[in-house]
This record gives sequence, structure tokens and C-alpha cells, in this order.
Amino acid sequence: MNELAAVLICLFGGLTGGLVGVGGGVLFVPALTIFIGLTQVEAESTSLLMIVLVAFVGAYRQNGYGNVRVREALIIGALSPLGVWIGVTVANHVSERVLQLSFAALALFMAAQLLRRARTA
Amino acid sequence: MSAADAPPDHALWKLAAIGTLAGVFSGLFGVGGGTVIVPLLIFWFAYGERLATGTSLAAIVLIGLLGTLAQGGLYGNVHLLTGLLLAIPAIAGVLLGTAIQQRIPQRAVSYLFALLLVAIAVELILS
Repeated sequence: MNELAAVLICLFGGLTGGLVGVGGGVLFVPALTIFIGLTQVEAESTSLLMIVLVAFVGAYRQNGYGNVRVREALIIGALSPLGVWIGVTVANHVSERVLQLSFAALALFMAAQLLRRARTA
Repeated sequence: MSAADAPPDHALWKLAAIGTLAGVFSGLFGVGGGTVIVPLLIFWFAYGERLATGTSLAAIVLIGLLGTLAQGGLYGNVHLLTGLLLAIPAIAGVLLGTAIQQRIPQRAVSYLFALLLVAIAVELILS
């Protein structure tokens, strides 16, 4: 039963990834911790592996539709480890609560911008 | 891709900023960089939703590969069999998702993305 729940959540995670261009980790991680019983670190690591496979298949299909700028994607991806290093450093100096609320505010701001843009487009 | 398609220098800086920001949020919250990449490609480069999401997925392949290699290689935390088995329904989902995305208006993707961002914000505030 737990395995079935994990399968369904991962299916939904992949669906979300394909629809809006994210990896799906937001759903894979809870599926792995709650229904498979992995620890948070194990779940995040395993989720990363799943994200690579999902993103690869999704990007391959999107490329077929003419929806991928490969060069731009490679530049973004190649620069991400610098960001991860900055993120980890920041996380060690700022309280987690401040970080959570800051990112929540940024997410809401971006959501408002997307809605405003979509309505006027 | 031909040289004529290459982004100008100022665009390179913006791309570098997007990559770095995606990494920052990935490092801070364990969320995929896509949350940041898709909106910024739309705001800063005026990408259409489909181009932004497709390019985001391609960037995530590289971001995830680097992360997986670090986690799997250095710490051995990746549960390979579990990950591969659960990737099967996830891949079925992404095939379905990309197919559906080609058949809905681009602005619908923006609405869905805004919904996802609000859900993430609520989860962060409540956690």
C-alpha cells in the first residue's frame, strides 16, 4: 500500500515537472521519506537521481518540440555549484526561519509577477 | 546551434545569475532550481512558457547530475534501486506532462506555476 502511494506521488511529481519545468523533487522527497522510510538525506540524494532521469526525458521531449535553448541551459547548469556553495555558506550564518520566510516572500512575489504578466500578455 | 544564436555578453551575466541563484536555493532548501529558473527566464529573457520550462529541464539535468555525483560519490546516500524503480512512474508522468503542456495555452502554464509557487510559500511559512 505504501509502495503504491509512493508510485502515485512520483507519477504526479513527474507530471508536475513536465507541465511547469521543475524537477519534481518537491514531491519525490516526501514520497521517499513518508512511504519508503528513507532518512531526509537519503531521500534528497535519491530524489536527485530521479530528478536527473525525469528532467532528461522531459528535456529530450521538449527539445523535440523545439522548446530547449541548449547553450543557455548549459550555462545555467554549469554555474549552479557556485550557487550551492553560496547557499550552504549562507545557511550556516542565517537562521533557517529567516531563510524560509525570505524564500516564501520571493515565491509569492514571483507568483504575483507571473499572474500579472499572464493576464496582460 | 549556430553562433548567431549565441546570447550577447549582458545576457551571459543574467544566465550566470540565474544559474547561481538556482544553486543557492537548491543548496538552501533542497528544492529543484526550476522554481527559480523558469520565472527568471520569463522575466529577464521574455521566454515563452514552453521555452522556459524546456530550457529549465535541460539545465536541471546538469544541476542534478552534479548533485547526484557529489551525494552518491562522496556520501553514498543514493538508494539506487529505489530511485530507479520510482523513476519509472515519474518518467511516465513527465511524458504525460510535456505532452499535455503542448496542448494547453502558454499562459495556463504561468497560472500553474504561480499555483506551485504559492504552495511552496505556504509550505515554507507553515514548516
